[in-house]
Amino acid sequence: MDEIKRQLTKASKATRQDRYGKWIAFICTFLIGLLVVSIFYLVASKGLATFFRGHISLWDFLTHQDWNPGQVSKNGVPSVGALPMIVGSFSVTVLSAILATPFAISMALFMTEIAPKRGQRFLQPVIELLVGIPSVVYGFVGLTIIVPVIRAIFGGTGFGILAGTLVLFVMVLPTITSMYVDSLRAVPRFYREAALALGATRWQSIYKVVLRASIPGLLTAIIFGMARAFGEALAVQMVIGNASLLPHNLISPASTLTSVLTTGIGNTVMGTLPNNALWSLALILLLMSLGFNLLVRLIGRQGRFTK
Amino acid sequence: MNAKIIDKIATAIISLLVGVVVLILVALIGYILFTGLPHVSWHFLTSPSQAFLSGGGIGDQLFNSFYLLILTLLISFPIALGAGIYLFEYAPKNWVTNTIRVAIEVLSSLPSVVVGLFGFLLFVVEFQLGFSILSGAIALTFFNLPLLTRSIETSLSSVPKLQREAGLALGFSRWQTVLGVIFPEALPGILTAIILSAGRIFGEAAALIYTAGQSAPVLNFANWNPFSPTSPLNFMRPAETLAVHIWKINSEGIMPDASAVSAGASAVLILAVLIFNVSARWLGNRIYRKVTASK
Amino acid sequence: MKTYNLEETYIHKFDPIETPLGLETKDLQVFYGDNHAMYNGSLQFPKNAITALIGASGSGKSTFLRSLNRMNDDIATVKGKILYQDVDINASEINVYEMRKHVGMVFQRPNPFAKSIFNNIAYPLRKAGMKSKSQLAERVEKSLVQAALWDEVKDDLNRSALALSGGQQQRLCIARALAMNPDVLLLDEPASALDPISTGKLEQALYDLQKHYTIIMVTHSMQQASRVSDYTAFFHMGHILEFDRTQRIFTRPHIQATEDYISGNFG
Repeated sequence: MDEIKRQLTKASKATRQDRYGKWIAFICTFLIGLLVVSIFYLVASKGLATFFRGHISLWDFLTHQDWNPGQVSKNGVPSVGALPMIVGSFSVTVLSAILATPFAISMALFMTEIAPKRGQRFLQPVIELLVGIPSVVYGFVGLTIIVPVIRAIFGGTGFGILAGTLVLFVMVLPTITSMYVDSLRAVPRFYREAALALGATRWQSIYKVVLRASIPGLLTAIIFGMARAFGEALAVQMVIGNASLLPHNLISPASTLTSVLTTGIGNTVMGTLPNNALWSLALILLLMSLGFNLLVRLIGRQGRFTK
Repeated sequence: MNAKIIDKIATAIISLLVGVVVLILVALIGYILFTGLPHVSWHFLTSPSQAFLSGGGIGDQLFNSFYLLILTLLISFPIALGAGIYLFEYAPKNWVTNTIRVAIEVLSSLPSVVVGLFGFLLFVVEFQLGFSILSGAIALTFFNLPLLTRSIETSLSSVPKLQREAGLALGFSRWQTVLGVIFPEALPGILTAIILSAGRIFGEAAALIYTAGQSAPVLNFANWNPFSPTSPLNFMRPAETLAVHIWKINSEGIMPDASAVSAGASAVLILAVLIFNVSARWLGNRIYRKVTASK
Repeated sequence: MKTYNLEETYIHKFDPIETPLGLETKDLQVFYGDNHAMYNGSLQFPKNAITALIGASGSGKSTFLRSLNRMNDDIATVKGKILYQDVDINASEINVYEMRKHVGMVFQRPNPFAKSIFNNIAYPLRKAGMKSKSQLAERVEKSLVQAALWDEVKDDLNRSALALSGGQQQRLCIARALAMNPDVLLLDEPASALDPISTGKLEQALYDLQKHYTIIMVTHSMQQASRVSDYTAFFHMGHILEFDRTQRIFTRPHIQATEDYISGNFG
């Protein structure tokens, strides 16, 4: 008995391996968690320096429209009004989402309701390719086609919110589509069958039943698309014109948070106010991304199908 | 109006919008390939770029892109695998695990430019690694980790629970069960995820501008000493990738043939991503068939 | 559903000197969270015999079986003692991985690894430390013979195990479990996913195995229980109502509930 008891209670290679393995796996996971915390900590500490050490008021930062951190304005404080960039970022984000949504809904409906087999077969690769094209390539095409076309039609330089919107439209389209496809698939089958059995046409069943049931899913998908648009840097930067001015129309050069960041960080000196002001912009980006995440979570909690 | 007519109109509008999207994609790819491919030649793919003259190639950038890709995968795959295994097998169901999951979700949705700036701040400036392949690979790892971790966890979870029980019932530890039984069966999904992430890494530029840098020192491909500054293997040197190159010459390029070079480089980039996508699908199917022994 | 007095039980007790035991449970209780799934499970499993656990779905028989080699550790709380060679293997200091080599298990659905037939058996052996090629080959052959599968696969051991039929896969899983040299073999409805011919072969294999192994088998088929097993335990709503020799249970059960169940008047 003692022999077998010893055999059954002593640690074996397996238990040791398991302990090491669990630790290794935990450390990997912990590293990712640590990474997220340090990103927020570092960007926040840099970004907040503008307000605490640079003595810029947060309100001025968010509402003033003069962005010229290197120079001191008449009243003795550097001009760090981020309003033009904030307006620029929100404009391209909202406009591209508005433009993309009808297309994304159509794509998703085509893939799930109208031609599930064929649509899935042909449109799935379309979506994957649109996702796969790198953002600099979108920027390049925007620069060589969209900007000249806008210039030819509306005059001006062609750079601006409109060009940025059109480029982002194509970039967020696959994001919204594929997420919405998932939520359409989650609409229980009998919803449709019930509608069709009552003599509804396909469109009536889609419009009255499927679309309504999937509204939370659609909102989630759009928010994800907006998050992507808001954070996209290079493609937008290449076509928006990079002028830190409050845009007056859709075709005058403008800028976004990301475009100012990509062009500015290399031209400022670490630790100075102009540099810290850029980190404040990065902090806004970070908080917005967090905000989009929270929003998705809130919607997700309410819109789940109860089984 | 008659419900049937509305039905027809609605279907027509939907089909029309779908057609427009397909047309956009075809035009996009067609444009890039038609304007770009004529510039793509062996010379273009292998010779160094020119700053002021025409006739420059993308040889160094292409090499840098692949080198960064491999380094990034070498760093990020083990970490993502470890984290994926932890979340799949060991993570207790409590608020800590939930918080970690949310953190991973948040990380995956962070703008890549922010991830790049963080890498810049921490590695380029604080740790004084400078603009270097190493800084770039670390930034790309940050960018890649959340999605890869999630796909690995999903692939592991898609293996039937029974397989896990089979391993455990034979006296395997949980670690052995995951590595020896579940991992091999999840391999098709994991490989597909890796290749798709390779496509994302290959095309990423925003995270690299301030980490791997925007300059490509001329490389001497006969010099394989990793500590020499002209050696392609040296990972402390700055390294402009293909994607960064496209951005750079379009933002501030002054060579006369900037547009042709970007078109050619874009075509190469698109082709690479296409190849990644197709091979992911092909390899996934092939291994799946081999593993499940179905013909 | 008829209600039965769950206090009224007949559990046959053995004299361990006369009838050596392969496994014994004392007051085994299983909880899924707040849900009490198994009460007072006290059973003695005679060595080198087949014991069948029967009962309706949800009666707790599978829960009970899976607790015996601690496969429920992750999802349930199991209280009470499980004695294996006088050692309580439900104790917290037990190395479950080592213990499971003594108490093997085969599941409802065949779950061979996505490896060759040979490696399905050899891989766990190698992991357990067996290195010699000839030893491995010998053990693979022996366990395949024991599971009555050898003749069907001996020419093609490198084929993927997933290419086998369901019945063959299940016998491979039994061979795989046998290869670890367990004393006790737990089978959780091993034939439920098989056709009648495969079931016949499986039962034949079990019949040959009982000379060397203590087998505990959950089955939903009363015919199967009566055909293969030496002893039978009847489970109802988380209670073990009756345990005796199979012949006795199927001819003159002590408890009304058992009689109703085996005669089909149940529920």
